[in-house]
Amino acid sequence: MSILTSSDRVAGAASVGRTKRLRPSYWPFVVPALIVVIGVIVFPWVFTLWMSAMEWRIGEEQRFVGLQNYARLFTDVRFLEAMLHTVVYTALSVLAPLVLGTAAALAFNTKLPARGLLRGIFVMPMMATPVAIALVWTMMFHPQLGVLNYLLSLVGIGPLQWVYHPSTVILSLVLVETWQWTPLVMLIVLGGLAALPTEPYESAQIDGATAWQRFRYLTLPMIKPFLMVAVIIRTIDALKSFDILYTITQGGPGTASETINLYLYSVAFTYYDIGYGSAIAVVFFVLIIMLSLILLYLRQRSAWNTGDGQ
Amino acid sequence: MSRPLRKLLDKAGMAVCVLLLVSPALLFFLWMLSLSLKFEIDNGAYPPILIPDRFAWKNYTTIFEGNSFLLYFWNSLIVTGAATLFALVVGVPAGYGIARMKAHKSAVVIMIARMTPGLSFLIPLFLLFQWLGLLGTLWPQIIIHLVVTVPIVIWIMIGYFETTPMELEEAAMVDGATRWQIFAKVALPIAKPGIVVAFILSVIFSWNNFVFGIVLASRETRTLPVAVYNMLSFEQVSWGPLAAAALVVTLPVLILTVAAQRQIVAGLTAGAVKGG
Repeated sequence: MSILTSSDRVAGAASVGRTKRLRPSYWPFVVPALIVVIGVIVFPWVFTLWMSAMEWRIGEEQRFVGLQNYARLFTDVRFLEAMLHTVVYTALSVLAPLVLGTAAALAFNTKLPARGLLRGIFVMPMMATPVAIALVWTMMFHPQLGVLNYLLSLVGIGPLQWVYHPSTVILSLVLVETWQWTPLVMLIVLGGLAALPTEPYESAQIDGATAWQRFRYLTLPMIKPFLMVAVIIRTIDALKSFDILYTITQGGPGTASETINLYLYSVAFTYYDIGYGSAIAVVFFVLIIMLSLILLYLRQRSAWNTGDGQ
Repeated sequence: MSRPLRKLLDKAGMAVCVLLLVSPALLFFLWMLSLSLKFEIDNGAYPPILIPDRFAWKNYTTIFEGNSFLLYFWNSLIVTGAATLFALVVGVPAGYGIARMKAHKSAVVIMIARMTPGLSFLIPLFLLFQWLGLLGTLWPQIIIHLVVTVPIVIWIMIGYFETTPMELEEAAMVDGATRWQIFAKVALPIAKPGIVVAFILSVIFSWNNFVFGIVLASRETRTLPVAVYNMLSFEQVSWGPLAAAALVVTLPVLILTVAAQRQIVAGLTAGAVKGG
């Protein structure tokens, strides 16, 4: 809230000094949305922070415990394991779509017949209802009846246990996440490719550069800012991933695929430990914001670097 | 090699490439359709059957018979419709105001809201709804879906109003039109494509939302994603009807995606938003 009001005041003050008549106050346009945002977004943030300092279980007396809930996190093995799962899951779910999405964008960046329809089909996975596709993936992962093990048997691999074994469950879930979100990376990179100048490629052609050299030394540096955007968005979304994980494994087998988000859900809505759940929510929130800021900073730097280099 | 032949080969290579790219999505949804149209025997067959000898159309009729599916469809329609309409009513003017005041920093709140996991909104709002005695009605879900829809609409509309030309509005202002007249008569008509993008994305992300429903919905107030999930966990359902239900839930979104792919791509790459 403070960010919103202070920056608006700055903007408002500046406009009053300059062109009062031409730039009247637009506050009335913003107020209804402001009320909604305060009610459903800012209030929950503040309230969560307050609850995280309480011993608060549904149906019991609440009492103030200060930072005790946060201290508990450091000795909670299940939380620390969830943290590890989240890091592994997120890293893979950023990397795989990034590589595949960039490759897809390069292929899509040519004139194709029926490009619109193809693009429509290609983006379907990320727009489809996650629960619905998760159900179908669950059936496909089935060790005996699933189609995936059949396909693997055709090339002489398997059978795998997929999401039914602790050692393969996270990789299997990353496969789903990659299938779902590679299109988004492609769209972002495609935006970058559309803005590329043609001259460097013409001179590279004259110099006899190979396709790989053109990609490595021309395309890649120039689309780097777009790749960074893709990394940021992918990181945030992979960290927050819930529907797919909850529907397919619920964190199982055991707790082998339990991420922070899933653990948070269990603590808050299975054990109804609201205070501790809120503390996890706060830590999770801070983690996401910090990572985003770091990535934004890196993006800024990479943008400058490519700017200097040209 | 002759030039035309080479060109043809290039084209063929490209076609193979593209086919390879689209096939994960295409094959998946084909398999989904196949699962939904097979009898249990065919779904359990090894090796798997893609196109069965006889189609199990009854998979689709059974989901509408036993499971109050129509009620859940209606719930989804109400929640998504109300949350989207309300978001447009407050979000479009807000996007306009923020763009015209050049209060870009206020958009930071919207960005952070998008980064926040849906669950962290859920705990406090759940307690609030409980305290207000709203649980058991559709209101909690309509209200909490605003967490998804309002930021999408504001975000897209800020971006859109920033690109619309100011000259017309300034001319109208010189003519003595009020701010609201300018907004309604000049800015809004120009912004129609942007509103369409905001509407489509808001509808899709609200329709798809699952996490709010599993906590806030009771038996009568389930939305479709929650209803389908419950089919999996609480009833001994065979694969055919389950796949059919999953397809019915996501079909409106899939149709919208293919029909409006241009707007969706524009909206997603402009703000790169995703709800939930």
